[in-house]
Amino acid sequence: MTDATAPRAVAAAAPPATRARGPWRDVWDQFRTHKGALIAGLFLVAITLFAALGPWLWQIDPNALNVRNKDVRPIYTALWDAGAKVSWSHPLGTDQLGRDLLANLIQGGRISLAVGWAAMALSVVLGTLIGVLAGYFKRLDGPLMRFTDLMLALPLLPLLLVMMLLFRDSLRAAFGPETGIFILIVVVIAVTSWMHMARIVRGDVLALKEREFVLAARSIGTPPRRIITRHILPNVLSPIMVSATLGLASAIITESALSFLGLGFPSDFPTWGKLLFDAVDRMADFPERVIWPGLCISLTVLAVNYIGDGLRDALDPRIRGR
Amino acid sequence: MKLRTTLMGAAGVLAMATAAMAERGSDGNVNILYWQAVSIMNPYLSGGTKDIEAASLVIEPLARFDAGGVLVPFLAEDIPTVQNGGVSEDLTTITWKLKPGLVWSDGTAVTSADVVFTWQYCTAEGGGCAQGAKFTGVTNVEAVDELTVRVTFDGPTPYPYGPFVGGQSPVIQAAQFADCLGPRAPECTQANTYPIGTGPFTVTNFVPDDVVTLAANPNYRDPAKPAFATVTFKGGGDALAAGRAVLETGEFDYAWNLQLAPDVIEGMAAAGKGTVVAAFGTNVERIEMNLTNPSPDLPEGERATVKHPHPILTDARVREALSIAINRDIIDEVGYGPAGQPTCNLVPAPALYASDNTACLTQDLDRANALLDEAGWVRGADGIREKDGMRLSLLYQTSTNAVRQDVQALVKADWEAIGVETELRNVSAGVFFGGDPASPDTFQRFYADVQMYTNNFEGNDPQAYLAAYACDKIPSPESGWQGENINRICDPVYEAMIAELAAAREPEVRGEIAKRMNDWLTKDNNIIVPLIYRGRVSAHANTLGGVQLNSFDSELWNIADWYRID
Repeated sequence: MTDATAPRAVAAAAPPATRARGPWRDVWDQFRTHKGALIAGLFLVAITLFAALGPWLWQIDPNALNVRNKDVRPIYTALWDAGAKVSWSHPLGTDQLGRDLLANLIQGGRISLAVGWAAMALSVVLGTLIGVLAGYFKRLDGPLMRFTDLMLALPLLPLLLVMMLLFRDSLRAAFGPETGIFILIVVVIAVTSWMHMARIVRGDVLALKEREFVLAARSIGTPPRRIITRHILPNVLSPIMVSATLGLASAIITESALSFLGLGFPSDFPTWGKLLFDAVDRMADFPERVIWPGLCISLTVLAVNYIGDGLRDALDPRIRGR
Repeated sequence: MKLRTTLMGAAGVLAMATAAMAERGSDGNVNILYWQAVSIMNPYLSGGTKDIEAASLVIEPLARFDAGGVLVPFLAEDIPTVQNGGVSEDLTTITWKLKPGLVWSDGTAVTSADVVFTWQYCTAEGGGCAQGAKFTGVTNVEAVDELTVRVTFDGPTPYPYGPFVGGQSPVIQAAQFADCLGPRAPECTQANTYPIGTGPFTVTNFVPDDVVTLAANPNYRDPAKPAFATVTFKGGGDALAAGRAVLETGEFDYAWNLQLAPDVIEGMAAAGKGTVVAAFGTNVERIEMNLTNPSPDLPEGERATVKHPHPILTDARVREALSIAINRDIIDEVGYGPAGQPTCNLVPAPALYASDNTACLTQDLDRANALLDEAGWVRGADGIREKDGMRLSLLYQTSTNAVRQDVQALVKADWEAIGVETELRNVSAGVFFGGDPASPDTFQRFYADVQMYTNNFEGNDPQAYLAAYACDKIPSPESGWQGENINRICDPVYEAMIAELAAAREPEVRGEIAKRMNDWLTKDNNIIVPLIYRGRVSAHANTLGGVQLNSFDSELWNIADWYRID
């Protein structure tokens, strides 16, 4: 792990002309050689833009009902079925109440991705904090790790049901129905997914704090806070980033599963999982309503996993350059 | 080859034997699927249809309604009327005679004392009986002799077929429930889940909220029935899965209450494994308005109680605007198809009691807007109406069901068109109708501004049904959130009409009063906003015979007559 600091030393020693070549440049160079990760990264950017900018490009209200225009098939259905009810104003078709599927995919993506990113960020903060504290301070190690074991043993769904019951009304009163549920779901997912990260971080911190450079820092009287931020955190960044990408994927999946079970967001609040849930009744007749949100979930999760894979390779200096 | 021929011959003989003479238990097992799981086998402690219907396999009333809504005697020898002397001339008493020789499934005799006990059980102090409306006006139930029981009412009761009639008020065994009176009723788990009954089946294993296994009652009064030896009464899942299990995969023989969109159910029936049956009774899908304030800011115990009137919905003009803003035709088309028709009536049938109220059938947004303007709700910057700094915002809850969520979306669109902000919530049906006094999400608690579900009345007289909207039937923390007056209506005008209906003798007069009560609740006050007159829709496998879908009583009312078609 000491190798991780090597590029920085090289960069500092190099003449000013090549100063621009920082450690992140090496990471990027290595990342670029992983074709899968590169494509996955592009896809993730694309789908995030699709969700973020979609409402400006495709200005149909996802909740607008038009029963006279219900059950429109996707435009490509016309290729093999000339009699199908298709319309260019609804390229992916409409559902049984005439809601536009494309607009719903965009809106659903906004929610699903936002839940994913927010839950991931929260669980990274929690996991890193607990992992570093447990690894660095011996006295905290036992209690914090037993607490982690306890959290690992908690089942997610019953916990969510209980939390919904306890906090739904107060959160709804404080933040409104949608934001309230959003906060609740993000917190629940984060609170139930930081444990693996805490364990990984603790293991790395335990090994790192016995290293010579940490001993050196301690011997000159650096306070623990400074040692953690200056020496330990930069060196555990690689496992944190890798497990953060995996956390993003699992947060999206968990949110979809919750919505699919009919828990979570209100019924007029589309997420990808919710769209799947609503489509199951008519799956045989209108497969596109399952396929599109399903594809969005699977491809996003797959992309995030590839990026995690690529990052792991890129951040490990021993693999770099091979 | 020889062996095979012999076996086939034996099978042939067997088949002929069953054809010639039906025999108890000869048709094996029947699988029934209720997508709301059974949590108790005692209808006096649960308002849930699933519990009432499961219990109807085991415990029976004195008389039931058949598929045509006509009373047929079950434990009683015949139906008492004024003509045969069973009902007194002044209409204050009804005398039932039990069939002689009836025994409970444990072999002891059924006597009039059991019937008397059933009344005591439901009316015991502190009991919170879920079927209290059935016993409205009953002052005494006495045993005249071993097999005769007389019910006395507090006044002339032209329709005395409330107590002990229909699946909601079966007769329970006095010996089994003797220690379960009043507040102790919910504690008798054994009695509440393994009741001793007179019905065709007895419970052999009860897993709460999952599956009930039943076996033919060895002491059932007809020695040739039931044809099935065992029943597996599975609960859980949703209407879609239940429909598929009967119509597409054939795993189950009977599925209850298939509230599915018409196009979905049509697609399933095309698989040819089963038959969809529908019957129109008195089911009405409605939106109920909460007259009390369900705000979470109020302390627990005062929330949604009569102490705090609703800040918005106590204004009749708002309620009317909400009702006439709804386009019921679209709801019918999207969610119900042939299994429903738009209605404005709480009592849609029988014809004698059905009001001619059709005012709400045409959507009238202009008038709805005018009403809200008149009530002082003016549109704010975002199009949502406001008054005194309060937004016209409603929480609209229902059970989780694809059709109901579609209807919610449609109603929400209609309401937003008149400037009413609508927040949707759906609660799992098991919880919503579960009746658990500890859960905040039951329909009795009504922690929402409006809610949507279906209710109906058994039989062909709506007196008990309309009498439910009385002050003393309001669910509250004191009553363990039991009671049928879900909207918390408490109005002397309506109370007077309840008394008037109870006293009226002539069918025409009764019909007229019932119509007035229906109109008072619906078009005059819009406390109940009917949407769709629904048929009961169930499905049975093509190999299951004898099913007569009954919308006036338990769907399983004639399970003793069900048989297997080979």
